[in-house]
Amino acid sequence: MKNDTFTLGGHEFTSRFILGSGKYSMDLIKAAVENAGAQIITLALRRATLGSIDNILDFIPEGVTLLPNTSGARNAEEAVRIARLARECGCGDFIKIEVIHDSKYLLPDNYETIKATEILAKEGFVVMPYMYPDLNAARDMVNAGAAAIMPLGAPIGSNKGLATKEFIKILIDEIDLPIIVDAGIGRPSQACEAMEMGAAAIMANTAIATAGDIPAMAGAFKSAIEAGRTAYLSGLGRVLDKGSSASSPLTGFLAD
Amino acid sequence: MSDFQTKEVINAKYITEETNHMEYQEGMEVIPHDIMDEVIARRNSYDETAYTAQDVMRALRKDSLAPEDFAALLSPAAQPFLEQMAQRAQLETRKHFGNSTMLFTPCYIANYCENYCVYCGFNCHNKIRRGKLNPEEIELEMQGIAKSGLKEILILTGESRSMSPVEYIGEACKIARKYFTVIGVEIYPLNSDEYRYLHECGVDYVTVFQETYNSDKYETLHLGGHKRIFPYRLNAQERALMGGMRGVGFAALLGLDDFRKDAFATGMHAYLIQRKYPHAEIAFSCPRLRPIINNDQINPKDVHETQLLQIICAYRIFMPFASITISTRESNNFRNHVIQIAATKISAGVSTGIGEHIEGGESKGDPQFIIDDERSVEAVRQSIYDAGLQPVFSDYIYAG
Repeated sequence: MKNDTFTLGGHEFTSRFILGSGKYSMDLIKAAVENAGAQIITLALRRATLGSIDNILDFIPEGVTLLPNTSGARNAEEAVRIARLARECGCGDFIKIEVIHDSKYLLPDNYETIKATEILAKEGFVVMPYMYPDLNAARDMVNAGAAAIMPLGAPIGSNKGLATKEFIKILIDEIDLPIIVDAGIGRPSQACEAMEMGAAAIMANTAIATAGDIPAMAGAFKSAIEAGRTAYLSGLGRVLDKGSSASSPLTGFLAD
Repeated sequence: MSDFQTKEVINAKYITEETNHMEYQEGMEVIPHDIMDEVIARRNSYDETAYTAQDVMRALRKDSLAPEDFAALLSPAAQPFLEQMAQRAQLETRKHFGNSTMLFTPCYIANYCENYCVYCGFNCHNKIRRGKLNPEEIELEMQGIAKSGLKEILILTGESRSMSPVEYIGEACKIARKYFTVIGVEIYPLNSDEYRYLHECGVDYVTVFQETYNSDKYETLHLGGHKRIFPYRLNAQERALMGGMRGVGFAALLGLDDFRKDAFATGMHAYLIQRKYPHAEIAFSCPRLRPIINNDQINPKDVHETQLLQIICAYRIFMPFASITISTRESNNFRNHVIQIAATKISAGVSTGIGEHIEGGESKGDPQFIIDDERSVEAVRQSIYDAGLQPVFSDYIYAG
């Protein structure tokens, strides 16, 4: 388990915790990143206006991979435009596609996301689409050149945990790319559960941003994610409902 | 552009006290009235005395509120629950916005007005200094504002199509784009093609205050000018969205009429618009009446800070994802507290006069109303930090 890494667009990472940088004070970002042991941090390009006061880019520690997102995009075309701007701003080649045209639940539009994935992958971006966990859409994103799939656990910011658990399991079983659970994870135990299921990584923001002690909560998530990962790699044992069971109640009669 | 020049310009002079305020005038685009009809019907049937403490508690226990729950939270029965409402509102604000507080400033480029609204300092019969900035002055004004670090601007004019035509406003927005990432307008209502033109000039957000949703009261307060036409104003947000705008802002001027009914109608208006246009970003403003030049007797009547906070919390709990702007009309103390509970956007470095951000320049026109909180951008930014919040200068990127 020592060399347990995962790969995104040819880049190798040891940390399986992708930290969000929104919704909390920028001077806490450094401490949160350190406690989280995060190697990737997301940021909304719309917050990163160059030359402005309190620019978020000035608060992100060096050596951390930036994962700019396209929040604010309502369709594929706008997502592509924001992604290109991110690259021009020096945010690198990673891009998390968020296409949302629902202001209430902020649910992603899989169809537009697939279109944006295809365009940006061809332009050499490491494309990480945020999506509603639908197997067909995920397959389309794979074919379009995505580097990972980021299904939501529950509506963004809701802290409701793995409401889409069964569908995320299907993605983990059927898709060969890393599945990174994004959105809805409200507490470390939920992050742990997703990792036990075989998710490649967890992306969390609101759960940490709304905690009483932000750096400490970042640390709690780190431990939970590592525990879940170790459990997954160790092979989870059976969980029995009650008591024990005969080892082969139906086939014990076989003599050979 | 020829489109706008050939269009018959509504001559506001001909809209007087005799004009039927419910009838569209020539040149005003008519769109379906489904939303307006429902807002008015619900406002009319809203009986604020019909709610009990049980209704309020039930509303507060719900995950997602229905219009009836919102009605309960606005009722007098909810007033004893204000602390619980504030706590729930704070929770929702943190979930949806974290600790971010957006900063912006209004920029008045002209104060000519063709309307006669009895409560407003800009009204055409109020003897104040009128003025408008020319493009060079707009550029200087924007530069002056941009120096403060602000990235979001709200461009305002008095409501005069003849003195501040759409093209004039469009040119101002093109200048603003050079200095700001977020541009909103608060101007007279337009047709959807005119909104589309302004969107192409860089505008993404449109705010129109309905003032009061009681059409009978509205008639008695708006004695002349195109603003008198109630339905054209009420449907402005929908036309703005049809024209490609990203977000729309709503407000009743609290204190003009029954403030609970007006707050309920404002929320319902926003709610119905968002259901019909799910991508629309929703914003609320919560203005109370303020004294104006030549009439310092104008007061918010029974809307005290307690009632105002109740309304703001009810908006937040009903539509947790909406942006709520807290006006400079309110005191420093109230603003500092309400950003910790429910408001997500606050103005700073405000002047409601014309051209007052130009260095060494003189004001070209008198202000619309008298502000209470006169703090600079830096002072407001610091107070946001002191409240444990994070000042956000840019939360948007113009993507077309």
